[in-house]
Amino acid sequence: MHNYLDFEKPISDLEGKIHELRKLAEEDESIDTSDEVGRLEARSREAMVDIYSKLTPWQKTQVARHPQRPHFLDYSAKLFEEFTPLAGDRKFAEDEAIQAGLGRFRGQSVAIIGQEKGNDTKSRLRHNFGSARPEGYRKAIRVMEMADRFGLPIVTLVDTAGAYPGIGAEERGQAEAIARSTEMCLNVKVPIVSIILGEGGSGGAIAIATGDRVYMLQHAIYSVISPEGAASILWRDSTRAKEAASNMKITADDLKALGIIDGIIQEPVGGAHRDPEAVIAATGNVIADALRDLSAKPGDQLRRDRRQRYLDIGRQL
Amino acid sequence: MNWITNYVRPKINSMLGRREVPENLWIKCPETGEMVFHRDLEENKWVIPASGYHMKMPAKARLKDLFDDGAYEALPQPKVAQDPLKFRDSKKYADRLKDSRIKTDQEDTILAGVGKVRGVKLVAVVHEFNFMGGSLGMAAGEAIVKAFERAITEKCPLVMFPASGGARMQEGILSLMQLPRTTVAVEMLKEAGQPYVVVLTNPTTGGVTASYAMLGDIHMAEPGAEICFAGKRVIEQTIREKLPEGFQTSEYLLEHGMVDMVVKRHDIPDTLARVLRILTKKPVTETTKAAGVVAIAASA
Repeated sequence: MHNYLDFEKPISDLEGKIHELRKLAEEDESIDTSDEVGRLEARSREAMVDIYSKLTPWQKTQVARHPQRPHFLDYSAKLFEEFTPLAGDRKFAEDEAIQAGLGRFRGQSVAIIGQEKGNDTKSRLRHNFGSARPEGYRKAIRVMEMADRFGLPIVTLVDTAGAYPGIGAEERGQAEAIARSTEMCLNVKVPIVSIILGEGGSGGAIAIATGDRVYMLQHAIYSVISPEGAASILWRDSTRAKEAASNMKITADDLKALGIIDGIIQEPVGGAHRDPEAVIAATGNVIADALRDLSAKPGDQLRRDRRQRYLDIGRQL
Repeated sequence: MNWITNYVRPKINSMLGRREVPENLWIKCPETGEMVFHRDLEENKWVIPASGYHMKMPAKARLKDLFDDGAYEALPQPKVAQDPLKFRDSKKYADRLKDSRIKTDQEDTILAGVGKVRGVKLVAVVHEFNFMGGSLGMAAGEAIVKAFERAITEKCPLVMFPASGGARMQEGILSLMQLPRTTVAVEMLKEAGQPYVVVLTNPTTGGVTASYAMLGDIHMAEPGAEICFAGKRVIEQTIREKLPEGFQTSEYLLEHGMVDMVVKRHDIPDTLARVLRILTKKPVTETTKAAGVVAIAASA
């Protein structure tokens, strides 16, 4: 059963009717509902195409945060053979909000880093809803440094509402950890391909998203602050998040137009959660193309070009 | 009330146009409540003489105070796109910019200069907090990148004085992109073999702390400055409990290993010169030798 979003009401109504008709036919074999079901299914598909072809930024925000949206571990299981998670920052703790590990991508050794939000109460708590503490970023730094030494390309899968704001996180230098992680991204001489899967939340995202190539899923968002946060600071009214989402330019199309990302990965109609396999496969193909491109460059040039990529952002606007 | 206020002043006012009377001739110490005359405060580098409380210091005054004899070459303001998102909250961003420019007489938050501090040539970069809370947007990011590039061509250190609420939300994702952009600049200076010193001032928060403000070779902080990633309000809303006393102050960061020393404003030029001379293997001078004692006392 799907979790329907508020704007999906027409779809949920139709699918509810389809479900009832099917049940009716099962209970009483003399009733043939197949025509009606077929008709309703077609209408439901149309409604889905229609609604998803014109999602507002706020609706995209809801899709990006959908609890059933595929997360890091869904991708790592499908895209990387022999995925071997690594744990700990060697300084203080293990932070499961950030996943990092080694694996093979279509035969090639790679390092993989990303945020995992979890998919039920227990796993959400374990992964702290994808909001990392300094230890998470320091683990990322450690794995990037190692990947650099062994010449392994780095794939980052970004999905976080933001770095965790807590006493312990502040005490142990959240800002410094994020700054160092961004710095490490800019220093390695191996390719970095970053994909924004769902939410690219501010500094907590950029810390691992400073790649040579950056892509977003079609309904992902990437922003300096959450729409709710912006609304509460700029309008002093967090209920104006819809407005903030539109004004802040947070969608994949917006970021492509601003020259911040390199491409957009199309999602199935109805969003990634309606066909995870398809979107994971499409993501794999984008990673493969990017890595093929980047692997041709010598390390020094990679790093130079990456730095230039960021220096150039905004200069042509 | 006397006849002057009733009759003469309105006439003079109408002759001059509506001139603003300086509002804050007397400034209240946030710590003790003591009232200090603005000239006395300025003369004491915006430090309340009795309590030692460090008020925010205007960017221009900071540069003048830092460099020997107040002499420095101001770096030009780079041109960047204005309001690329055509952003509007309760007010248009374009109007906010206009207001801040009038209020501060600056193009944007960053002022940078090259000159000598106790004989040591350096580039200094200062945030003007009064310009939209010192927030980091495209103009600030570009000014910072250019300042680092200047330090590289001058073959001299760069000293950063952040004072900022973080990224400028009115520029959305483009402000977030200033984190990697400024980090590139820091890396270039480090690779050129020049020191990068950060002097954290009140307040330094958010995206600024999460990039160039935490990447210095040496971190100094003015006493009592608020330095953090997430602000108190955000944390209290998340964890729903009161925060400990002195949380996220300079002294707290010193205790937690995030800054090297807490330095009083009056001791900053000498301390900077001393550290930079040692790092760049320049001979000791009389002023920096004397400053050593002061700075140690200040951080003890």
